Amino acid sequence: MSDVASTLGPIPLARPASTALARRRPRLRNAAAYGLVGPAFVLMLLMLLGPLAGVIALSFTDYQLGAPSFAWIGLVNYQEMVADKVFWISLTNTLTYVVIVVPGAVGLGLGVALLIQSGAGLRGFYRTVYFLPVMATLIAMAIVWEFMLHPQFGLVNGLLRSVGLPAHSWLQDRDTALLSLCVIGIWQALGFNMVLFLAGLVSIPKSLYDAAEIDGAGSAWSRFRLVTWPLLGPVTVFVVVITGIRSFQVFDTVHVLTKGGPSKSTDVLIHTMYMEGFEFFRSGYAAALTVVFLVFVLALTLVKARLAARQVHTS
Amino acid sequence: MARIELNAIRKSFDTTDVLKGVDLAIEDGEFVSLVGPSGCGKSTLLRIIAGLEQQSTGEVRIGGRPVDGVRPSQRNLAMVFQSYALYPHLSVYDNIAVPLRMKRLSTLERMPVLGRLLPNRHRVEREIRGEIERVTDQLELSAFLKRKPGQLSGGQRQRVAVGRAIVRQPVAFLFDEPLSNLDAKLRVHMRAEIAQLHRRLGTTFVYVTHDQAEAMTMSGRIAVMIGGELVQVGRPAEVYDDPRDIRVAEFVGSPKINVFPGHLRADGQVEMLGHPLGLAGSGLARPCRAGVRPERIELGAGAFCGAVVHVENMGAEAFVHLGVDGLATPVLARIGDVRLLPPLGSRTRFGFAPDAVRLFDAAGKRIETRLVAAPQRAREVAVV
Amino acid sequence: MITSIKPNPWAMLRHAVLLCGALVVLTPFIWMISTASKPPSEIYSSDVHLIPHHFALWENLREAFAKADLGLFLLNGLIVTVSIFVLQLLIALPAAYALAKLRFVGRKTLFALVLFGILIPPQATAIPVFLLLHQIGALDSYAALVLPFTISVFGIFLMRQFFMTVPDDLIDAARMDGISEFGIVWRVMLPTALPAVTAFGIFSVVAHWNDYFWPLIVLNSQQFYTPPLAVAHFRNAEAGTNYGPLMAAALVIITPLVIAFLLAQRRFIEGITFTGLK
Repeated sequence: MSDVASTLGPIPLARPASTALARRRPRLRNAAAYGLVGPAFVLMLLMLLGPLAGVIALSFTDYQLGAPSFAWIGLVNYQEMVADKVFWISLTNTLTYVVIVVPGAVGLGLGVALLIQSGAGLRGFYRTVYFLPVMATLIAMAIVWEFMLHPQFGLVNGLLRSVGLPAHSWLQDRDTALLSLCVIGIWQALGFNMVLFLAGLVSIPKSLYDAAEIDGAGSAWSRFRLVTWPLLGPVTVFVVVITGIRSFQVFDTVHVLTKGGPSKSTDVLIHTMYMEGFEFFRSGYAAALTVVFLVFVLALTLVKARLAARQVHTS
Repeated sequence: MARIELNAIRKSFDTTDVLKGVDLAIEDGEFVSLVGPSGCGKSTLLRIIAGLEQQSTGEVRIGGRPVDGVRPSQRNLAMVFQSYALYPHLSVYDNIAVPLRMKRLSTLERMPVLGRLLPNRHRVEREIRGEIERVTDQLELSAFLKRKPGQLSGGQRQRVAVGRAIVRQPVAFLFDEPLSNLDAKLRVHMRAEIAQLHRRLGTTFVYVTHDQAEAMTMSGRIAVMIGGELVQVGRPAEVYDDPRDIRVAEFVGSPKINVFPGHLRADGQVEMLGHPLGLAGSGLARPCRAGVRPERIELGAGAFCGAVVHVENMGAEAFVHLGVDGLATPVLARIGDVRLLPPLGSRTRFGFAPDAVRLFDAAGKRIETRLVAAPQRAREVAVV
Repeated sequence: MITSIKPNPWAMLRHAVLLCGALVVLTPFIWMISTASKPPSEIYSSDVHLIPHHFALWENLREAFAKADLGLFLLNGLIVTVSIFVLQLLIALPAAYALAKLRFVGRKTLFALVLFGILIPPQATAIPVFLLLHQIGALDSYAALVLPFTISVFGIFLMRQFFMTVPDDLIDAARMDGISEFGIVWRVMLPTALPAVTAFGIFSVVAHWNDYFWPLIVLNSQQFYTPPLAVAHFRNAEAGTNYGPLMAAALVIITPLVIAFLLAQRRFIEGITFTGLK
């Protein structure tokens, strides 16, 4: 040691060792990083990205579960889909559901949020109550709704009869079944939207309302148009897209309450996919249905990304 | 006529009294600043004038008429907010146009698509365009008309907020700490701009700030508010030189005035740290406090002695902190010629002319004083 | 807002509207409790009334637990959601840390893949994952219920965003103290990220407790049923002849989450908002 010190002069002994360690550290850290992300990466390939590629590939095959082999059949599944009346009914039902539930859940969520924010009393109570349906297991509540809509013993018909209106078989009549499911969907979703709108409303600076007041926007409507609605823009886009995507995914209520009936009036995309893929085990065809579903969902996501990007430029 | 009168304005939130009876008359065309430390109620008072808050008791009159119950937009006032409160989704042009459109177009005409079809809308829009362009030319905003507030700098946003106020041609402008969000250099520049704006427009300006330098340099009159009360109103020079309350003396002027504990003797003489000051005050013998501004302290000679504990050399002037026996805080003295700075740690004598003293009683109220000859100290007569 | 210019009638109107809405929203819950407390004679009558004449809640509950083995299914729900959440943390936290704080080749690509993964709806990957589990013989087991969800790209994203706000100095100090990179994840990052972890936990537990689609696909044996499957099975088995116990079963199923929600409302709503807005 001592002769090293004398030859190096005033340079401290620790220096050489630490520079070597510093050069080693990045490589060590690299290895550590791969170790940290390894499991996640593998699982991502196995459970997400792989299956995504798999489902697209499957849609071009005639694979059926349990079959010893399968063949590549190109676009045959898609041709069958386009020619199948059931598919078009299912798609129409899904789109109808989306078109009814999205404005309903978004509009009501916004309305409730505005009402709650416009006053000071009982805010926490209202927030809790309206959010409850979001938390409660949908299957359980759907069964409750089913009993509420029961033709003879249900609450809804009981109330109608008590005011002299005729009772109705809501879930058994093909004209009203999908509508009933839409009501349940709106009931379940509006609390979630309300919470997001509340967060958006709270973030609007109060001084803007003061400026609007001074500028002459005295009425609640003009304040809403000038300040509230424009500043809620980003939240609104988010809420609409999320509600839309969730509406496309509707399955639970359909499978438990109506199984797609009566007369396929409530058959929706994911339900059809489930039946084909897990009841009839026609994996290839079901995969094609999944791809159609994916296209719609990704389209909605793209719309959201485009609108969000535009808003960043204008804010 | 835009004379603003505040009569016995009181305001309480729940159990706290924010304003405890404020009386103030602001003449037409005046530039009055409401100054005071944070929490003194000045912003609340401004909002009461604007109509954004209701006073608990008292009356506000604008142009001679009481305005209780009159909506803010109907009071014909304009307000510039601390955060500018510009509509982030509207362009500069549309931001400035909002008050004009609100006033001259009906709800139907303001509808996005239908409104454009109505004939009146075009005529009004043309009028508005002319007025807006005149204002934005004045404020040098013409290049930014299409931009959104998010794309502007702090100073530019401030000018848009001012433009939105000017275009309404109000009878008075209300400013709520408009320069607080700007950096120091910009603030100094904007002070001059706002003062020039006032000279050009000739309209009443009511300006709220916690920065006494802003108030001193821009206003015709300052109103000092402390703890919800209006403690003193007057021209800046008056308030600086002749404070009626020790809180005013301490708030106005930077650096802070030196305050020495003193005693008013029974014979009227005022003494401090055992030395008579050459002043006499009225009233009973009682303890008092003597305020002397740093620029009136003379170093090198005088009745008092202290040690230099700190020196702040600003370049153009310097402030010397003197530690004095018997005083808890250092005495600040201003030196105009930085070449004459005493060295750190040295002891030096200091004193001040009697007319530099502003005397206050224990409650903080000003005691009037007059100059008298200081009695000679009893000198030892050499007995031969 | 103007403090006293608004007259009180507006406040009354607000309460009136909100209370009406609240009543409509709560009606299913009220009706569920009411029906669960009624004996069959009162349920199967056209006369609709709220308060039961004969209080039968305990009988209905007993029958529900007996016929539907609810205790087992609630336990399954607990096992499944807790396992999923714990495994999600074990996998997501290290990855999030590496993405947030470490430099390595492929970092940007990996993050892009994470973002892409968030876009994939769970139903899209159902068929291939099902086939995979079928191949390895893992269907109809706890593994089938838990395994596919252990990778939560949403969790990775959320945690990464949060980890990026942790000061680098803290991590360097830990390194100086000799803590390994893996140790840093659990001893430095996790404690500072507790709010985000709680939010994610709420999101994960709620989503997987209420999941019906996936358990329906992978399960055959009743012993593994999760709460949603249990109550659906009960409904199908009884086929509309036993509404009292059915409503009681539904009540039992939703109670754990509802009670947790009521006890920790702010956390829940903050969690949902936090995860939603990110």
